[in-house]
Amino acid sequence: MPDLSKSTQGLPRMGLWRRAKNYAATFFAGAAVFLVLVPLTAIFAYLVYKGVGALNWAFLTQTPKPVGEAGGGMANAIAGSVLILAIASVVGVPVGIGAGIYLAEYGRNRFGNLVRFTADVLNGVPSIVVGIVAYSIVVLGQGHFSALAGGVALAIMMIPTITRATEEMLLLVPQAIREAAYGLGVPRWRTTLSITLRTATSGVITGVMLAFARVAGETAPLLFTAFGNQYWNWKINQPTAALSLQVYTYAISPFDEWHRQAWAGALILIILIVASVGAVRIVAGRGMLKGAS
Amino acid sequence: MANQALGAPRLPGPQPAAKSEVVSISTARTAPLSKAGTSQVADRLFYFAMLGCGVCILGLVALIVYELISKSSLSLHAFGWRFFFRSEWDPVNEQFGAWPFVYGTVVSSLLALLLAVPLAVGVAVFITEMCPRRLRGPLAFLTELLAAIPSVIYGLWAIFVLVPLLRQYVEPLLMKYLGWTGLFDGPAYGIGMLAAGVILAIMVVPIISSITREVMTAVPQQQREAVLALGATRWEMIRTGVLRNARAGILGGVILGLGRALGETMAVTMVIGNRPEISKSLLAPGYTMASVIANEFSEATSDKYLSALVEVGLALFLVTIIVNILAQLLVWSVTRGMPTRSNA
Repeated sequence: MPDLSKSTQGLPRMGLWRRAKNYAATFFAGAAVFLVLVPLTAIFAYLVYKGVGALNWAFLTQTPKPVGEAGGGMANAIAGSVLILAIASVVGVPVGIGAGIYLAEYGRNRFGNLVRFTADVLNGVPSIVVGIVAYSIVVLGQGHFSALAGGVALAIMMIPTITRATEEMLLLVPQAIREAAYGLGVPRWRTTLSITLRTATSGVITGVMLAFARVAGETAPLLFTAFGNQYWNWKINQPTAALSLQVYTYAISPFDEWHRQAWAGALILIILIVASVGAVRIVAGRGMLKGAS
Repeated sequence: MANQALGAPRLPGPQPAAKSEVVSISTARTAPLSKAGTSQVADRLFYFAMLGCGVCILGLVALIVYELISKSSLSLHAFGWRFFFRSEWDPVNEQFGAWPFVYGTVVSSLLALLLAVPLAVGVAVFITEMCPRRLRGPLAFLTELLAAIPSVIYGLWAIFVLVPLLRQYVEPLLMKYLGWTGLFDGPAYGIGMLAAGVILAIMVVPIISSITREVMTAVPQQQREAVLALGATRWEMIRTGVLRNARAGILGGVILGLGRALGETMAVTMVIGNRPEISKSLLAPGYTMASVIANEFSEATSDKYLSALVEVGLALFLVTIIVNILAQLLVWSVTRGMPTRSNA
């Protein structure tokens, strides 16, 4: 389309001023792209540059050393993140997909619209507020900070994303496929699970992974739910370290050694996230329903 | 939908003709009929399970509202509406007022929008209207990649790269040339309102530009062709034919970005300085609603202190909800009829 404007350049009436404005606008738009790409490149460059220097085997296998001692690592925080994210997925994914199925298959009514609207509202709730709620439900209920509380907080943040993505993907499945199943006498629930959902699997997985990537780096809701821990923990009812929390604690500390480790932790975190987003792209590209992300 | 689907095959002709055979078929029919009975039960169970998941979402939002109100009731009763306009924040004497945090949140978010909106609209214009088709996908992907970076990593980068840069190069210049406005007074700490505004701007650019791209793509192609046919330059075409038609949606994107900026916690907490003071200078440290919760919640010793923090959270929740709903309505008004995006 943009090429059409070139044909007007030959016209004699085209004012110099208007042409100058056209060039200026093009220049500023290009400059905006450049300005946005600068911080992007800078962030990744610093992550790699500072992170790789601090990354070693000890970092991946040891727990933090006390202040002043060199060495130590974030192994327990990596494990903690895995634990919290596993809890969040176990809680959040079934509910999210279920609500998505409800909206797509039964939700063409007023109540469906209400649920859809509420999911969008839930999507916009600031993460720190979700942290407060998980604190007052789980932490106050149990009497202490725990991995479970962190997982619940992240699950609450995953649900609306998964729900809306699932709905969108199920609606892309042609109605004729459902009718074909009904015509063969397949009951409706069976049709939804093994025909509709099955057809949309790659799209639904994309939605789940996007939600996962979104919460994987969350820190604010974990501050007073998972709370952090200097030691190994595999119990879901105990305070747990998390990679993002550890990066935060180390970044605002006054020790150089901890700053170095914060960069390494951040690098690991971004690798986890980019890997999951990359996996999404591969799944989405290979699957039956494209255009998912 | 399914009822229609199931009902449809029954309508066409042959049924009446088959009437005479009913008796002979009836024995064969009973088996599938009883099966239909069990699948009806299963269907109902399945429906209620899925409905339950949907109700779960309603329940979650209701629970959030209930918990925030009940946990902040102590502070709500003690200070009332004046809570948001009082400036003292004194945990020792249990005197709480949220004005410095409200001020910090509003100023840092508006500063972020001021920096981000021109950039984001520029990026969207360049990607949808100006750049070669081949570059469109990669550029869009790169700008969206900014949205995938966790906020704690933004914070880390801001502390060790952005803040020193601001302190050494940008802030002295601002003080020298714009000091007379009073907005750039005082020592250049690096950390402060300006640093928070800049990092927030980087974080909201991808949100605003992706919505702007979406609504610009929704503008019909004929609009562009019509304006070009009148002899407009490309920029005039974009301004009058595209941006003017998409302005409600762009505003929606901007407000969505505002919602994100208001609720953003970690990156801001790491660079704003965390001091509950109000200063006209943008170089001075400040505090935001989200940061005060992040910093003080797990240290709040008394019930009243905790309840005041929850009330700050309640206010933050209500404001972001209103802002988000407004944004959704505006975006819908432009892209109505187009497929929705899940994580817009």
